[in-house]
Amino acid sequence: MSKTRDFSEVNQNVEKVDGMALACGQDKYVADFETGDELHLKILRSPHAHARIKNIDASEAEAMDGVAAVLTHEDVPRVAQTTAGQGYPEPSPYDSFMLPRKVRFVGDRVAAVAAESEALAEAALEKIEVDYEVLEPVLDPRDSMKEDAPVIHDEDDCHTVIPIPFEPERNLASSVEFEHGDLEEELEKCDVVVENEYEAQYAHHCPVEPHICIVRKDPHGRLVITTSTQVPFHVRRIVAERLEMPEKKIRVIKPRIGGGFGGKQEVLIEDITAAMVLETGRPVKFEFNRREEFASSRTRNHEILDMAVGADTDGRIQAIKMHILMNTGAYGSHCLTIVCNSGSKVLPLYNKANAISFKGTVVYTNLPSGGAYRGYGATQGYFAIESLLDELAEELDMDPVELRKINHIREGETSPVFAALGEGKEGVEQTIESCGLEECIEQGKEAFGWDEREKRRETGDKTKKRGFGMCTLMQGSSIPEIDMAAASIKMNEDGSFNLHMGATDLGTGSDTVLSQIAAETLAVPTDDIIPYSSDTDMTPFDVGAYASSTTYLSGRAVKKCASNVRDQILERGAKMLECDVDDVELGYKEVAGPDGETVSFSEIAVHSLYEADQRQIAAHESSISHKSPPPFSAHFAEVEVDTETGKAEVLRYVNATDCGTAIHPRLAEGQCEGAVLNGISYALTEEFQFSSKGKLVNASFDSYNVYKMTDLPDMETILVPTYENTGPYGAKSVSEIGINGPLPAISNAIYDAVGVRMRTGPFTPDRILEALEE
Amino acid sequence: MQIELEINGERDTYEVAPATRLIDLLRREGFQEVKKGCDEGHCGSCTVLLDGMPVLSCVMFAAQADDQSITTIEGIGTIDDPHILQREFVDKGAVQCGFCVPGMILSAKALLEENPSPEEDEIKRGLDGNYCRCTGYVKQIEAVQSAAKKMRGDA
Ligand code: FES
Ligand code: FES
Repeated sequence: MSKTRDFSEVNQNVEKVDGMALACGQDKYVADFETGDELHLKILRSPHAHARIKNIDASEAEAMDGVAAVLTHEDVPRVAQTTAGQGYPEPSPYDSFMLPRKVRFVGDRVAAVAAESEALAEAALEKIEVDYEVLEPVLDPRDSMKEDAPVIHDEDDCHTVIPIPFEPERNLASSVEFEHGDLEEELEKCDVVVENEYEAQYAHHCPVEPHICIVRKDPHGRLVITTSTQVPFHVRRIVAERLEMPEKKIRVIKPRIGGGFGGKQEVLIEDITAAMVLETGRPVKFEFNRREEFASSRTRNHEILDMAVGADTDGRIQAIKMHILMNTGAYGSHCLTIVCNSGSKVLPLYNKANAISFKGTVVYTNLPSGGAYRGYGATQGYFAIESLLDELAEELDMDPVELRKINHIREGETSPVFAALGEGKEGVEQTIESCGLEECIEQGKEAFGWDEREKRRETGDKTKKRGFGMCTLMQGSSIPEIDMAAASIKMNEDGSFNLHMGATDLGTGSDTVLSQIAAETLAVPTDDIIPYSSDTDMTPFDVGAYASSTTYLSGRAVKKCASNVRDQILERGAKMLECDVDDVELGYKEVAGPDGETVSFSEIAVHSLYEADQRQIAAHESSISHKSPPPFSAHFAEVEVDTETGKAEVLRYVNATDCGTAIHPRLAEGQCEGAVLNGISYALTEEFQFSSKGKLVNASFDSYNVYKMTDLPDMETILVPTYENTGPYGAKSVSEIGINGPLPAISNAIYDAVGVRMRTGPFTPDRILEALEE
Repeated sequence: MQIELEINGERDTYEVAPATRLIDLLRREGFQEVKKGCDEGHCGSCTVLLDGMPVLSCVMFAAQADDQSITTIEGIGTIDDPHILQREFVDKGAVQCGFCVPGMILSAKALLEENPSPEEDEIKRGLDGNYCRCTGYVKQIEAVQSAAKKMRGDA
């Protein structure tokens, strides 16, 4: 398969379309649309992990000067729904309400206040009297399904909209099972079997810009929601349902946004803000403070993974068991799909196993809710399997790299998991058409100096031990047969093009990448493409930025659309050159006839707009994908552990990643680097600490550690080109895969350094010391 | 109370309450390029230069800046005539969502004024107060290094 092609716009580091405006502070985020006439919304949050609201008295708050309105559950429609912005009808339980009658975690919504200033709104919150019947909480997912456990969703209007397992009376939010072959029988036959339990912890996305929206009515009484979201079209649909109004009354606009990482694939602010606009008739702004961002938005799902892997003496993996207990917290947003992804994005990597047993049990607790987070379940799954494979390699006395090489999936191969595990239902069969993993392993090894690692082991300090770990990974690109993206393009007099797309740039650079794809197809510089995205009135539909889909799926829609426009241009060019369309060729910003005569794009546009047979050269196209081609990656970590303090420090980290054709190599590297550092931070420091009553006690950047610049190790990213035939110009996804590697690679390196297996994240000095002492 | 500030080279008087924070004054007066990430002094996105030194405008009262000069990202370059740091941030891929970038560039500017040839470690320490969740910092460090070089005239 040819790996590199000649491109003029894609696979080039063109200037990011919004780069300079952002670097100069000119482009606008949601907060920058504030005009000063807005009311400020604040939410009264539950102090209890589990309680029924017996009575709310808001009269004193309502009577305060400057308070425009207070909303409680008595004032708003009670519509059971999910906050998950995903394909409709959603495979997530409909278990949440705009304002609930029963609170299910510390930080849950109780009431909303809108006032002339934030300070006034906050003061008003203090004046709301709530009478709670405090209930016993469930704070450990291992307890959720015990006989006598309190039932968290005991109201009978919670339900599912598609048939998925859901037994709220047992605190079971959902479940999934998949068996291939006979696990016990295969394990029995294996020469070597390793088994262990892993636990991946709660964590937060920590976008620097918090959740924020401003909602106002336009002169026609329609609601205009300007919001920091990854899913503008899902926001429109969900808000419409919650407020029981038609979509036509709502316009959602996503301006520049300050990072999402999955946390903004969730409708957490727009519904209540819109309700407040309806209540007061005034524009309303709602912005999470940092405590709300941590405690009341969504999180990385806490998973406990019971694992086994069996192999023959040559290291060929014969059987894999992955049984997951997933804690979805108070609400089941995304819960089934995340647990499915812990299997579906992980197990196919080792596709030669004769037996696979996969189980996901998702339980409610009275803790913050899980939700989409970069990696989406695969992060947890890879921690378990890639750590266990290291244990297997040790048992086999085999280099961990060799073990991967023997077992990983290759081009032309498939896995039964693809067809079995989808998004809360069966999946879609696929054969791998592009896989650069062998090359990733080779190049990563080389850059890291894997084979020479023993030379670097000596630290010259008895208390400092150095170790080396690695892992391999895959992810997917979009959700096949479910997600849809659309784009439209029209041509202007100067030969430039407006590109309108539903696709949502959350800071990743998709406006740039998609413009490059349009430019490549139309044979113009990227500069001649004017992108506009994510405005439900102005752009066509797109499911939004998630599931590693934008470059691949929205890119396919853009390419298809641009091809359609290109055909119209050729046709018009042929007409102007008075020849057959088969005899003309597309040149750079021009169409050339058989004898070398040309008409420029500008001439073509003017001709079509003003001169003859007038029509707008334009098209719109949609794309759904039939497969989800995985990107692949190999990660290598060098870690030094201080045996006195227990501190593990990553000295060097290499990731070699196959994302097909990198449409914008520098942005693709940036995706890898950002994801990897987030992953390292997760592996070594990030976790939620709860009080004995279930309150998140480290809901601030001074107690929840996020990696800063001085924490950055020596990091190297290598892009390994392949060509994915089903992707636009050979592209696959790149945004999520990188976050999955650090937990296992670092855990493996710690073991290599000091001989202790870290099976629970994060690997803090305390945990490492404790393990060393044992 | 009234205070006098020179913001991006323009002197003016502003009416503030004693408890008005600098960030709120700046954003209220239209300097919306000053970003509010955490609002509690941890993320660095609200960084501005006060008499050339980086400060966090979310944990400072406006009155504390009285009679001093403030530089926001708008004060150092424009889209048509960007500062070398702005140019390098864009060219090196150091801008993803961009939310951290105004603060990051201002910290970098202060650093380079004090130390025109910083080592990588010095850059890391100088910019440590500016969180970025998108980039992994790699390209931001590269951008500062390359800007430093150009500002020194070595490239
Ligand atoms: S907003 Fe000031 S430090 Fe975060
Ligand atoms: S670019 Fe998004 S936070 Fe830095």
